Amino acid sequence: MNVARVVSSAALLVALAAGGCSAKRETTARRGHVRVAAAADLNQALVAVIAGFGASHDVDVAVSYGSSGTFYAQLLNQAPFDLFLSADLHYPNELASRGLTLPQSEFTYAVGRLVLWAPAASPLAIDRDGFAALTGTSITHLAIANPEHAPYGRAAVAAMQSAGIYDRLRPKLVFGENVAQTMQFAQSGAADAAIVARSLTSAPTVKGTGREFEIPPASYPRMDQGGVILRWAADPDAARALRGFLLSADGRAILERSGFALPER
Amino acid sequence: MDWIALWLSVRLAASTTLVLLAIGIPIAHWLVFSPRRWKVLVEAVVALPLVLPPTVLGFYVLMAIGPFSPVGRAYVRLVGHGLPFTFEGLLIASVLYSLPFAVQPFAAEFASVDRRLIEASWTLGVSRLATFWRVVIPLSVRGLVTGIVLSFAHTLGEFGVVLMVGGNLPGVTRTVSISIYDSVQSLDYAAASRTSLLLLIVSFVILVSTYSLQRTVWIKPRH
Repeated sequence: MNVARVVSSAALLVALAAGGCSAKRETTARRGHVRVAAAADLNQALVAVIAGFGASHDVDVAVSYGSSGTFYAQLLNQAPFDLFLSADLHYPNELASRGLTLPQSEFTYAVGRLVLWAPAASPLAIDRDGFAALTGTSITHLAIANPEHAPYGRAAVAAMQSAGIYDRLRPKLVFGENVAQTMQFAQSGAADAAIVARSLTSAPTVKGTGREFEIPPASYPRMDQGGVILRWAADPDAARALRGFLLSADGRAILERSGFALPER
Repeated sequence: MDWIALWLSVRLAASTTLVLLAIGIPIAHWLVFSPRRWKVLVEAVVALPLVLPPTVLGFYVLMAIGPFSPVGRAYVRLVGHGLPFTFEGLLIASVLYSLPFAVQPFAAEFASVDRRLIEASWTLGVSRLATFWRVVIPLSVRGLVTGIVLSFAHTLGEFGVVLMVGGNLPGVTRTVSISIYDSVQSLDYAAASRTSLLLLIVSFVILVSTYSLQRTVWIKPRH
């Protein structure tokens, strides 16, 4: 009985090992796999990117969304991701300078744009009046991402300062943990309006549910978004393929449709 | 060290505990002594925050107290301002979030009081309410203390719910756990570990003192 079990498990091991070897040999048939840590403003855009990427590549993509700062802290501790798509250039550069990335794997894939957004049920004529809609009437809360660590929060503060309304609006600010949560504050009506990423308000699920005003890009520092491939990437070729797609004409077209501006080639 | 956040958390935890004491005792009493069969439904609702992710609870609370809900609109009409991003809004969320931590120890202790003592009190002509206050409550100190301490400690460590409904306002809704999270996000790990250590020590001291009080002065061991 015991002998039979030993023999059968040995046979199983041999079969598995053989299977493993043959799988390794047929690299062309193997499916690639990329684990992506993505900034919250990519929440909707990446869905379209992955659909486009999947049509031409035999690679599975698993995405985790969150704030770039959280991912940075996790990646310092070697979180199991292959590709990091940050909402700024600072975090990827910092990871690269600490030697945690594959050499020369840094890239800039998109430029973030800010919009002021209010739900359709709101009486604020944001699309017509822009920031003036906020100062003319008595709003209670304006949601922005936390400027202490979220790139969109810092940009929102800069844009309000350029418009000369920051001091007046400051007592009314509430802070979302990241830009997607900030959007949720406005969608739920808890905040009267929010300054968020255009990539979020361009999403199919959001379009038509509110009014928006595009904040002039000259009024806040340019929001280049960069990425890196991590040194411990399990499947660097698949990660490179996804990076290549993001930088390709197809990838750029999807990102542009999703509300991002594009970096110069 | 973010003392404002720490003080806010202590105030929130104390207020939550007081509210839970006020509503938890009647709920627990009803759950234990009511003959209604459908009380299992209420029992399940009370226990929901134990299994629901705080984000779900926070999301529902935000929707429920926001201006698009009847409750939120009624509150605005009554008080003049909305509940989201206020201390009161946070208090409502915290009370819901910690409800099982108060009600369950209360109810367990009420249920373990010797039925004969209660009935003896009734036969001596003491009303049901007076019996509850003069017999059941004094015999349930252990469970009451446990519920109070757990509610306080649980609210002190609350994170997901506050993140969802708070809006991170200093002195109003930026609790100590949010402050620690912000420090980590801003890569200020030194500040994060200072505040974390303090929170760890405070929580530990609270629990140790409760357990030692329970062992010695407060309660005689039950046979």
